Amino acid sequence: MQIVLNGSETELADGITVLGLLESRDISAEAVVVELNREIVPADAFGETTLNDGDHLEVLRFVGGG
Amino acid sequence: MSEDSLEIGGLKLASRLFTGTGKYADDAVIPAVCEASGSEVITVALRRVDLESTTGNVMDCIPKHMRLLPNTSGARNADEAVRIARLAKAMGCGDWIKIEVISDNRYLLPDGYETAKATEILAKEGFTVLPYVNADLYIARSLVDAGAAAVMPLGAPIGTNRGLKTKEMVRILIEEIDLPIVVDAGIGRPSEACEAMEMGADAVLVNTAIATASDPVMMARAFGRAVKAGREAYLSGPGARRTQASASSPLTGFLAEG
Amino acid sequence: MSFYPICEELSRAPLDERFDAVTGEDVRRALGKSSCSPEDFLTLMSPAAKPFLEEMARQASEITLRQFGRTIQMFTPLYLSNYCTNHCVYCGFNCKNQINRSQLSLEQVEVEGKAIAATGMKQLLILTGDARAKASPEYLEDCVKVLRRHFPSVSIEIYAMDQDEYDRLVKVGVDGMTMFQETYDEELYATLHPRGPKRDFRNRLDAPERGCRAGMRVVNIGALLGLGDWRRDAFITAMHASYLMRKYPETDIAVSLPRMRPHVGEYQPATIVSDSDMVQFLMALRIFMPRLGVTISTREAPEFRENIMPLGVTRMSAGVSTAVGGYSDEAETSGQFDIADERSVDEVCSMIKAHGFQPVFKDWEPIIPVEGAA
Repeated sequence: MQIVLNGSETELADGITVLGLLESRDISAEAVVVELNREIVPADAFGETTLNDGDHLEVLRFVGGG
Repeated sequence: MSEDSLEIGGLKLASRLFTGTGKYADDAVIPAVCEASGSEVITVALRRVDLESTTGNVMDCIPKHMRLLPNTSGARNADEAVRIARLAKAMGCGDWIKIEVISDNRYLLPDGYETAKATEILAKEGFTVLPYVNADLYIARSLVDAGAAAVMPLGAPIGTNRGLKTKEMVRILIEEIDLPIVVDAGIGRPSEACEAMEMGADAVLVNTAIATASDPVMMARAFGRAVKAGREAYLSGPGARRTQASASSPLTGFLAEG
Repeated sequence: MSFYPICEELSRAPLDERFDAVTGEDVRRALGKSSCSPEDFLTLMSPAAKPFLEEMARQASEITLRQFGRTIQMFTPLYLSNYCTNHCVYCGFNCKNQINRSQLSLEQVEVEGKAIAATGMKQLLILTGDARAKASPEYLEDCVKVLRRHFPSVSIEIYAMDQDEYDRLVKVGVDGMTMFQETYDEELYATLHPRGPKRDFRNRLDAPERGCRAGMRVVNIGALLGLGDWRRDAFITAMHASYLMRKYPETDIAVSLPRMRPHVGEYQPATIVSDSDMVQFLMALRIFMPRLGVTISTREAPEFRENIMPLGVTRMSAGVSTAVGGYSDEAETSGQFDIADERSVDEVCSMIKAHGFQPVFKDWEPIIPVEGAA
């Protein structure tokens, strides 16, 4: 299936969860905040939030800023 | 003298210097900068994770005792600022937020109207809102009404290191606004931070000037000392400057009633 | 929100001790600052500031010139009614004083208004005693409608009203109000106002604020100096003005400096406010609040009025009669107090000009005119 991940069209395995995606990319779940179709996904729901074709997913984290 | 602390959003702060995490050549210097400056509040920004290469996490460089002040940089209007604020809160690092709404990339000046709108929405949701705005009395008043926890007027446009260009306007805010006034942006030298504090500002936020110094740790220490010095000067009640010579014909001569 | 909690807190504060603790060096420091805080104002009001009056005068006159230019706003009071239900022990209109009572009919108001307008005056201040049954809000509305045909600016100095009444008066063209708290010492206030509607300290204290909310252009407050401890009252008056200025930045806030003068009745001032005290208060006010309006009445002697003009005064009354019906014919009633400056409007204006100031009759015009107004 295809989702829009951080603004880019991305091919993902069907039925993958948010947590699965983060793990596959070596991203620590504690260090990010996730927005699925404009809704914030609580950190404790990463494991049971399944992604679907056409979803828009934003994965954000804190970076240096003033 | 009793302990002089700054209270924002129910939190008592001993240090009146806020720092940032932007523009460092190497984030690894941040812990030493925090320690040297004595700062207890530090800003961060929220960005998309680079999915191709995972770099170091700035959060690993921020001492645990510090209050995190995420900003809404990247927001061009109130709605975007509100969205970023909610995402930042979901990171689980508290409810402080620096509202920064900028849609002019030439001067990077904040949009006061959109900032006030975002402040009102977020304050109602329980955020501790520190809006970054131009030094404008009307905007500041609207921020008070909107429920801001402090007002952060700029000293000069972001990142210019030009110093306290808005001094007279900031002075008016200090006199008129019953919220902490934190001078944010433009302060390039410890002497300028000192001047802002001497004038009665409640705190200053300094990022670029520290991060871009050849020796950021030493500069952070210099800023920490300058802010303390300026605060003490303000609290001590400076002596009178020499006034002009008195007028040739007295104005109160008629009072010589014996 | 009200000034009352601040007033309470100030009345509990050891102000006398704070005045006495001020040193000459403190005064020098306060005078060396670019802006004046409430603490600095207290310093300038202290006995320790007496040797610095000349330096204060230099600063006060410079600030006044910068903010207002060499101008004095002119106004004339018109007494509509001296019926009163209050027992203010210090006042000539006290309902127990045996004086002739009267109230102008609308026809008489027209005659009086014309007589004053003929002198060139544009700003009128109408006054009544405190007798709602006589000088009712409706009566006042009718008077204002008549007078607005002759005066672009009509303001009121009457009993404390509620919000709705102020709103209605503003609607018919009232653009300013004067309300003296007399004294900010609530205990003393109770003894000075034993009976009558004015007994309600809090209601009166909040009245200027209701005026601000109603959209008055100018709101003028003051304490009658000498009723109690004048320094405390003067200090709290300034705090009250500063509170209103901050809370209602769109309203021009002004302060009057009335001091006790002889009149019909037995009451004698508790403290005597000397010329030098008055001048100190005036100048400290100006340094503390550069934009504050300051009103000086004809209670003050001509020479004194002239001398203090450059030190912070912005408004002056002229052509004054404190008796009801005192302009168009020989008054039959007694005045509220004795006036010291009895010169005509022309004489007062000549005096102002002779001192290099310009008497200003009117400097303001509403964009949306009130119906039937001048």
